[in-house]
Amino acid sequence: MRFVFILALGALSACAPRTATVGPTPDTTAGAATASPSRDTTGALSIPNADPFRSTYQPIASRPTLIRNATIMTAVGPRIESGSILLRDGKIEAVGPSVQAPADALVIDGTGKFVTPGLIDVHSHLGVYASPGTDALSDGNEATNPVTAHVWAEHSVWPQDPQFPRVLAGGITTLQVLPGSANLIGGRSVVLKVVPARTVQEMKFPAAKYGLKMACGENPKRVYQSRGPSTRMGNVAGYRNAWIQAEQYRRRWDKWLADRNGDPPSRDLGNETLAEVLRGNILVHNHCYRGDEMAQMMDIADEFGYDIKSFHHGVEAYKVADMLARDSIAASVWADWGAFKMEALDGITANLPLIHNAGARAIVHSDDPSGAQRLNQEAAKGIAAGRAIGIDVSEDDALRWITMNAAWALDLDDRIGSLEPGKNADVVLWDGNPFSVYSRAEKVWVDGAMLFDRTDPTEAWRTDFELGFVPAARGGTR
Amino acid sequence: MRRLTTLLVLAAGAVTAQPLAAQTVAITGGRVFPVSGAPIDNGTVIITDGRITAVGADVPVPAGALQIDAAGKWVTPGLINPATQLGLIEVSAVGGTRDASARGRGDAINASFTPWLGINPASVLLAPARNQGITSVVVFPSGGLVAGQAALIDIIGDTSTSTMVRRAPIAMVAQVNNPGAAETGAQGELLMKLRILLDDTRAYAQRRADYERGATRDLIARRADLEAMIPVVRGSLPLLVNADSRADIEAALELAREYELDLIIGGGADAWQMADQLAAARIPVMAGAMNNIPAFSALGARQDNPALLRAAGVEVLLVGTGSDPLTFNVRNITQEAGNAVAYGMDWDDALRAITLAPAEVFGVADRVGSLQAGRDANVVVWSGDPFEFGTRAEHVFIRGVAQELGDSRQDQLIRRYRQLPPDYRGTP
Repeated sequence: MRFVFILALGALSACAPRTATVGPTPDTTAGAATASPSRDTTGALSIPNADPFRSTYQPIASRPTLIRNATIMTAVGPRIESGSILLRDGKIEAVGPSVQAPADALVIDGTGKFVTPGLIDVHSHLGVYASPGTDALSDGNEATNPVTAHVWAEHSVWPQDPQFPRVLAGGITTLQVLPGSANLIGGRSVVLKVVPARTVQEMKFPAAKYGLKMACGENPKRVYQSRGPSTRMGNVAGYRNAWIQAEQYRRRWDKWLADRNGDPPSRDLGNETLAEVLRGNILVHNHCYRGDEMAQMMDIADEFGYDIKSFHHGVEAYKVADMLARDSIAASVWADWGAFKMEALDGITANLPLIHNAGARAIVHSDDPSGAQRLNQEAAKGIAAGRAIGIDVSEDDALRWITMNAAWALDLDDRIGSLEPGKNADVVLWDGNPFSVYSRAEKVWVDGAMLFDRTDPTEAWRTDFELGFVPAARGGTR
Repeated sequence: MRRLTTLLVLAAGAVTAQPLAAQTVAITGGRVFPVSGAPIDNGTVIITDGRITAVGADVPVPAGALQIDAAGKWVTPGLINPATQLGLIEVSAVGGTRDASARGRGDAINASFTPWLGINPASVLLAPARNQGITSVVVFPSGGLVAGQAALIDIIGDTSTSTMVRRAPIAMVAQVNNPGAAETGAQGELLMKLRILLDDTRAYAQRRADYERGATRDLIARRADLEAMIPVVRGSLPLLVNADSRADIEAALELAREYELDLIIGGGADAWQMADQLAAARIPVMAGAMNNIPAFSALGARQDNPALLRAAGVEVLLVGTGSDPLTFNVRNITQEAGNAVAYGMDWDDALRAITLAPAEVFGVADRVGSLQAGRDANVVVWSGDPFEFGTRAEHVFIRGVAQELGDSRQDQLIRRYRQLPPDYRGTP
């Protein structure tokens, strides 16, 4: 009992002093805005590395669209039975029991159908581990050093990965693509819209913040067994050493940015990224299976003054859900993965409802191109597992696990994740209740443009790779 | 604390009364799916001495029977997951808990490998599958060109391996889609090696005495492997060939024609393109409905593969293609079935594909896979449609014995961490 008490105290201290600022300070982040004031910046990053690979995303042209007579699940409240939603100029213009259609609107009858926000997968490796799976397209783990903060996932993304149209058909409109988990610090993530594109820049979510991928536990110590770290204590020393360097680097640069005296300090790509984490401009997404390791990572975050936005693969999040709730850290989890390695041994299907019940933000993530096509079904498993133990999570609440909570973890909850006027028109029309195994996404809109329509296979997005290699689908379904 | 937990479990309906195997059970008033015949509304299933003794609409309840009121419930045969490694692998990343692949002598031919001898009856992964209505599974070996032999087991825990095995062997497992794993360098070499094995098996079968005297030429495989292959070349043991691409499936079909093999296609990603041909040749296909990621070995993978095959008349066995389908998520075969239906398969066919179809293909349909008088009583009472996520298996009988539900290791962890901080004393 005493042991439990001490553990709880340790967690309390983890949430106390947070020195990192939420946004950039004027002194340190003038860079992107002054260089080109008219365009969106990717997050708000400090010079000299403000936004070299800028988003060139342009919403695809769309016409006003009204879906009516559908069950509208907004992800921010109770559903609207037989409601309507109007999409115009890439935004949600109106949602309600009755919405007037403009004369030029495409009107879709949603009788018997459901409307949800576009789903968001906060843990994807699409593009960096592209299909067809080959060594040549295996670009997700820069497994050459335990700390590779200098790499950016976007530089590995292959826009012609045929997995992109497949997850779109599953209702996913936004992805966070992360480096793999071989390294203690794996590099920058990138937030993408699931749209056909020639370049990754055309997929980048405008002004989305970057994430930093960190990984606990078995993977780094296995990958670097011979050179180290080869133990969990080696892992922790590795994170701390990296943050010590980054803190020095941040101070040096912040001083120069403030007074601009003499030559700027020399640049270091890895420390630039880590310094941005310390400034609060890059969000930490931490692969961490075990609850006790999460508590240690929370202490490290506290020691160096950064926030952990979400633990990923938190198979044991249910063991520390109270601590996650207290520190406002999301738990991104699978519905039912477990036992494939020792740190996954204690996987349970009730993880989602137990996290939810403790007041922490639960998120269903995929880490898997197949699971990503059915995030709604994974959430349904979580609802069922909750009911089996007397935790009744409503479908409307569970929808947040795959929309709003995920948007929050990407700091995009002001733009996506719910059906509210003014938000991006990322919308899915389901042919039935999305928590039924029998329902499928029928139509998917990204910024108001219908990019998937199951009823019109001739218009289906086919990547370059698929031409010639993948037989065209009869009947339009894959 | 302890009392609270008990109440919670009871409230959730997780604990089933455990009658003796000999006790008669009457499941009444349910929507009964015999699979071998049309569904029966308000039907009754009687279980006596481990067997189903009656199924029908107007079946009297025997005196003294333990009655289960299944009004509003669905009653099906125990589900059979036809592709698992349950009991063979506990933690896939931990070598010492993996018993699914033979090492052999490094030639990738392990026909004599009988993995069921190494099944772990104490595996903590059995209960979660049972909790969700799976009563039998096929366990198969993996690795190499010929991986070894598969068995069909009932997933009873706390018993001996031999008690669990219902039938073994049920198939020889081979593959034609991975030349590297077959210790060959090209697809043509893999197929040649398979042909040599089949030819040498015939030669061995005809000239056993010469072989014992050392009076034959060198044969490609060890004596034990050749011996194990004899039922395959005689057509009495199915050869389950993992093949995904169209060319691979064609090659397997050609081998089966030439050597008169009883072929089953596993994987079968591109099988939908050859559905008519497979139906005409009466070749069953083991395929899933959640696989559509193109790979060079499976470029045509699509989710309506099972539906298209079934519509053409192919016997389809649904297999898991989601996460960890062979061990941790053997239970998700119902999700696979639901997705098969979403992608066009008839609901009845999807249920058949995880009950009677595998029972027939693997030669145990006279005992399990349907609800008929005389069959072994592998029976599940569901709260509703078994394919839906919200549905629970409320009663699970294996060989007539009600299984204790809701007490897997996972259930214990849930109970322990239902309140934080947890109480680490005792078994929750």
